[in-house]
Amino acid sequence: MVNWIWLFFISVGFLFAAINGRIDVVTEALFDGAKSGVTVCFGLISILVFWLGIMRIAEQSGLLNKLAILLRPVVSFLFPDVPKNHPAIGYILSNMSANILGLGNAATPMGIKAMQELQKLNPDPQSATPAMCTLLAINTSSITLIPTTIIAIRMSYGSANPTEIVGTTLLATLVATIAAIAADRWYRSRELKTQQKTPIRKSEENISA
Amino acid sequence: MLNFVNVISAWAIPIIIVFIPLYAAYRKVPVYESFIDGAKDGFDTAVKIIPHLVGMMASISIFRASGALDAMIGVIRPLFERFGVPGEVLPLALLRPITGAGSLAFTADLMKHFGPDSLIGRIASTVQGSTDTTLYVLVVYFGAVGIHRTKYALKVGLFSDIVGFVAAIVICLIVF
Repeated sequence: MVNWIWLFFISVGFLFAAINGRIDVVTEALFDGAKSGVTVCFGLISILVFWLGIMRIAEQSGLLNKLAILLRPVVSFLFPDVPKNHPAIGYILSNMSANILGLGNAATPMGIKAMQELQKLNPDPQSATPAMCTLLAINTSSITLIPTTIIAIRMSYGSANPTEIVGTTLLATLVATIAAIAADRWYRSRELKTQQKTPIRKSEENISA
Repeated sequence: MLNFVNVISAWAIPIIIVFIPLYAAYRKVPVYESFIDGAKDGFDTAVKIIPHLVGMMASISIFRASGALDAMIGVIRPLFERFGVPGEVLPLALLRPITGAGSLAFTADLMKHFGPDSLIGRIASTVQGSTDTTLYVLVVYFGAVGIHRTKYALKVGLFSDIVGFVAAIVICLIVF
């Protein structure tokens, strides 16, 4: 998919420039865009270095675990079919805490471990369980407290107030997450109903298709 | 409400960067050493994104400069502008669930052309920050355990992306 999008931008851009008789802009835009890519990344260094430093302090002080304790009731509400003391719960908690603090690099391995634990509870290892779908739902909408990357980009383009979008982002991500959880609940209950009617029913969606 | 959102924006970061080290010091963590240890990762992360962002920003830049982007947006712009929403942000909504690097590059491109403090810049910032790359998360998580039938997970992810996009626009229109 990403391959196609990239190819689409370049080839359609080339086509438009050629038709409009402005082929010279292609090379110019290419170098300009590439240069911006590097500039943006260099702009990210300052904030990412500082933020990940602070987050390591949070990790080593045990704050991540504290956050996990706060999230525990939320997780048992979201995952009613996972036993309370199952190792999956622990990984889900770490995954959520890391996501909230914007630690994508720490969140993903924890999420994968949670998936592996959930897979052990799965009667059909080819099909996703409702708990897995819930974990995906909260990860795709992921609540993030501070959108550090965006703040850094706003800074490098000279924003008068780079952090003014923290509040709006937090609100939007909350709305998206609530929508994800609600939709997940709705599908989950619908699936339960159809399961009661026809016990062995293969699911319709396939990600690789 | 409006004031509340702005208060969060202003206070969130200062509170976090003073609370975390203070709490850690109370828990007897060597704060500065721990900070340096984690900070090293920040540099690696920023450098690792360079190829992705260079590739994406170059291709988006060609797409915009050639007039293709304007032609694409021109179709939907009148519809968006009836609600006071700049049509320029729509491609971002299409890119966001599919490619993290692509949407980040597009966000950066919008800020470069319209400025980070324009309505477009603010909406783009909020959209980019408020959801994750649905397709990527799905492939990584289900791929890791060999799940082929993903049931309704994709629908839920895309639904929350749409809701997040609309919410980001509405919230930005109210707050700014």
